[in-house]
Amino acid sequence: MHLAYPAVLSALLFCTGLYGVLARRNAILVLMSVELMLNAVNLNLVAFDVWLSKAAEEALHSGQALTLFTIAIAAAEIGIGLAIVLAVHRNRGTADIDKLRDTAEGHETDGPDSDAPAPETAGEKAEATA
Amino acid sequence: MSLAAAAAAGLPQALGFARAGGLGQGGAPIAADPGHGFLSPTGVEIAFLLVGLVTLGAAIVTVTTRQLVHAALWLVVTLGGLAVEYLLLTAEFIAWVQVLIYVGSVVVLLLFGLMLTKAPIGRSPDADSGNRWAALTVAVASAAALVWVVVDAFRTTWIDLDGAAAGSTEVTGKALFQNWVLPFEALSVLLLAALVGAIVLSRKAKATTTDRPGARTESGTPSAKEPR
Repeated sequence: MHLAYPAVLSALLFCTGLYGVLARRNAILVLMSVELMLNAVNLNLVAFDVWLSKAAEEALHSGQALTLFTIAIAAAEIGIGLAIVLAVHRNRGTADIDKLRDTAEGHETDGPDSDAPAPETAGEKAEATA
Repeated sequence: MSLAAAAAAGLPQALGFARAGGLGQGGAPIAADPGHGFLSPTGVEIAFLLVGLVTLGAAIVTVTTRQLVHAALWLVVTLGGLAVEYLLLTAEFIAWVQVLIYVGSVVVLLLFGLMLTKAPIGRSPDADSGNRWAALTVAVASAAALVWVVVDAFRTTWIDLDGAAAGSTEVTGKALFQNWVLPFEALSVLLLAALVGAIVLSRKAKATTTDRPGARTESGTPSAKEPR
């Protein structure tokens, strides 16, 4: 098989995931796009490992081992990411990453927390005034 | 792709690698074989191309659809297509791990996340943010650059898929437990840390609501005496 086929497919999948990460608004859809990018990298790793195991007689199988590690790390990442998204959704009532602008500069007035401050900021203000 | 043949091919390779002690002796690049050509694709290449088109189409639908649950279901198609690609590349073990971990657990986790964040059923008009066209520009530009570089670099490179499978369970297991034991164990520690972290993150809201009145009574704020 020509090596360009898996390499090109991997590049296109990566850029699809890149578009999803940049263009999506829901945090869970962003996580899905991150999974797409990780899978593109996995395909690259497997393809180059299969190539090198025959071409260079590389017996470490580092590509496939790294693919397994990437899959495990992706599983851990999706668990932590979903826990964060659920915590944010529980505190703020939304999972839209456009509306989470607490650390953004120059948007202090039109943030979603200006009308309904979060309990943490209220507690900090109370402690600061006390 | 018999397992016995794979084992017979895999073990001498591992021994030869241990004797040579490095990658340096085996780094001869594969020149263009005159038997190959773009205009006469093999059956494996045609199958790879067709499955790749399905995979890419499902990926594009995943990142563009406005129905959130459908995005997760199209992601199943994408990941399953990638598992088929791994099978075509003779990496069987990775393919089944992909099916088990990604299609089996990650997508289920994503669907649970969509359910718990009260994702709307049906079309949601604000699935895409305002910087959609900038994202499209960046993605198309990087796709063009990557495809150009990759095709230019590996124009004369062919994968030899004949002979023993490069990724059967036996070969992968031997490589993993001969050469990658320490990262493997470190990975289990990482998974444990992720488990504990997810539990801590999930319990955090309850912990802060119980901690905060105590903290305020320590600081002596009068409003903290109010019942909560």
